[in-house]
This record gives sequence, C-alpha cells and structure tokens, in this order.
Amino acid sequence: MTVEVRIPTILRTYTEGAKAVPGAGGTLGELFADLDSRHPGLADRLVEGGALRRFVNVYLNDEDVRFLGGIDTPVADGDDVTILPAVAGGAV
Amino acid sequence: MRFDNLLASVGGTPLVGLPRLSPSADVRLWAKLEDRNPTGSVKDRPALAMIEAAEADGTLHPGATILEPTSGNTGISLAMAAKLKGYQLICVMPENTSPERSQLLRMWGAQIISSPAAGGSNEAVRVAKALAAEHPDWVMLYQYGNPANVRAHYESTGPELLADLPTITHFVAGLGTTGTLMGTGRYLRERVPGIEIVAAEPRYGEVVYGLRNLDEGFVPELYDASVLTTRFSVGPRDAVRRMRELLELEGIFAGISTGAILHAALGAARKAVAAGHRADIAFIVCDGGWKYLSTGAYEGDLDEAEESLDGQLWA
Repeated sequence: MTVEVRIPTILRTYTEGAKAVPGAGGTLGELFADLDSRHPGLADRLVEGGALRRFVNVYLNDEDVRFLGGIDTPVADGDDVTILPAVAGGAV
Repeated sequence: MRFDNLLASVGGTPLVGLPRLSPSADVRLWAKLEDRNPTGSVKDRPALAMIEAAEADGTLHPGATILEPTSGNTGISLAMAAKLKGYQLICVMPENTSPERSQLLRMWGAQIISSPAAGGSNEAVRVAKALAAEHPDWVMLYQYGNPANVRAHYESTGPELLADLPTITHFVAGLGTTGTLMGTGRYLRERVPGIEIVAAEPRYGEVVYGLRNLDEGFVPELYDASVLTTRFSVGPRDAVRRMRELLELEGIFAGISTGAILHAALGAARKAVAAGHRADIAFIVCDGGWKYLSTGAYEGDLDEAEESLDGQLWA
C-alpha cells in the first residue's frame, strides 16, 4: 500500500531534497510514523501532542484533514497527501 | 437603482443561476456576482465596513493615513473609499502580483510599498506590522483580524443570499482573510439547519511557501474552523480550468480565484448527486478577470497557463 506524500520546501532537509516521498499506513498518523522511520525527525515537525502542529496544513486528496479526522484520518492506496505550511493567502 | 453616491452602492449584488454547469434540476449552482461592486470585487464590502468602524470609534480622523497589507483587491477598495473620504492610503503588496493591480492602486491615489515575492502575503503582513510599529500615527485596519471584515458579510452578504435563495444548502467561498466565510457562514448557520460551509484555498507555487521556519506560519486571527464544514486546497490548473468553463458555459468572465471556488462548488455538487440529495449551492464570484489578463491564465493551453502562474499570487 503506497501513498504519495508531497513535502514542502521547508521540510525537504528531512527527505534529502525530495519533493515527494512514498509512505504506507492505514491512517495519517501511521503514515507519518512510517515516513519518520526513513526520514527521522519529520514526524516531530508535523505532529505535537497527538495533533497537527498549528502552522502545518495537511491535505488528503486536496481536502484539509482537520475536517476529516485529523491524524486519525484513514488513508488508502493511491491517495495523495500534501503537506504545506499555513501562510496568508487568497485574494486579499 | 439609485444611490446618493458610489459608496452607498456597495453590495446588493445579483445571484445568477448556472443552468449549464448545474448537474441536474435538483442540484443547482448559483453565482453571487461580487464583481458588480463599485471597484469590481467582493472586497468593497469589508473595506468600507472597516473604514466606517474606524471612523465610528474615533481611530480614523480627517486626513489620516491608512496602512494595509494586501495582494490587491482590498487595497483597491480602500483606495477608492479613502479618496472619497479624504484619507491617504499606503498598501504593502507582494511584488509577485499582477501589474494591473498596482496600476489601479496608483490611479486611485494609493502609495505602494513592495514586499518580497518569497513568502507572498505572509511577508506583506510582516512588513506592514513592522511599519505600523514605526509609525504609530498610521491606522492599520488589518483585514486579517478586524471584526468589521466579518461583520460586513454577516450583515450584507449573508442576508442577501438567504433572501435570494431560501432553499440554500451550501455556501462556497475563497479563504484568504477568512472574512467572507466567517461572516456569511455564521449568518447562514444560525438560520439554515444543516447548511454546508465550504472553503476553497488557493495552492500557490513553492516560492510562496518558502518560510524560513514553520513558526513563521500564519493563521488569520478571524479564522474559526468551527464555522466551516470543510476546506479544499485548489491548485492553479484546476482554478484556470474552472474559470474557463465558467466563461465557456455560462458567459461569466471571472478572476482566477473564482475558478478555485467553482472547483470546490462542483465537488460539493458531485457529492450531492452521488448521495441523491437536492442541493442549492451558492458561491462567490470574487472579481472579474480584468486584473489578471497579464498573468497568462487566459491564453494558451492549461500546461502553459499553469507554468505562467507558478510563483505568482494568482488569487
């Protein structure tokens, strides 16, 4: 089971510069743990105290996982996960 | 319709049905044409409300200088109102915005201070906050944290939508300051049981997310996630594709951020069809396409458009 995870520039120090890395797991939390086994330190930048860090946004197939189930959101083979820092945006 | 002056004509925009984009007679899409506001964008509502609130509480006095971080539309709205009301305006704008936006700002008399492209609106906010600290006599209305931004939509956009579409089931808008979604969303949630409030957030190229560290991230002070049902990240390819479909099928010439919003609205429509539910889905047309013609989004194929938009603040 493979999920493609897109990594933002600021976290690529953990992925040897890779823009996207494959991972596995039944939930987002398991997926992050799996990534952390090959990219040590990455999970700690994403999760704090069992929840996503304040300025980290994670999207499962473009939907914000905070509205799905947070780090307990189920993920499935072929899903796309995108990690982005929270920034000011939109037509403001 | 007759008004005493231009400022009095803000709001009261048309809601138009989209018979060709709507999947069926039971699942219908409706476009709220905010480009029909005086300076051509939804931002006329919060801009005027923030100025009037600052006048009412004594923060703004005649001849005062207003400072605001903006990627364009709020600045243009503020510039128009400031000109008519006798204020100076200084806008802090990221340098990776389209030239039409700075031209319009200068025409309406605003002064522009550029902030670095890397970091996008985040940097504009940071620069504006630093300038505000250096110049305590300037008035920063600060659209990301000003309750009048939310109130403008609670008191106008929300009531207009419910009056025009009492059967509304979904409201879809763009997520920037979050003011449109918070104000309209709260108003509708209080009156329409089960309504879905859906946010569409533009996903830019990498340069915009180039923070020095994650702690520099930013969540607008106005944001309250409990108002939303869900939130989608929409990239430039989908935004441009939908923006073009809106013109091709329904004749509406909109800006690129509206394409991102339509993409999320069509997603909601698809879910309603699959579930066998009826739906009346209203979404915001933030502005027309005029200010973005130079971005490359309106010509060539999708690959070319996507490439042109990389690194630009297209919404």
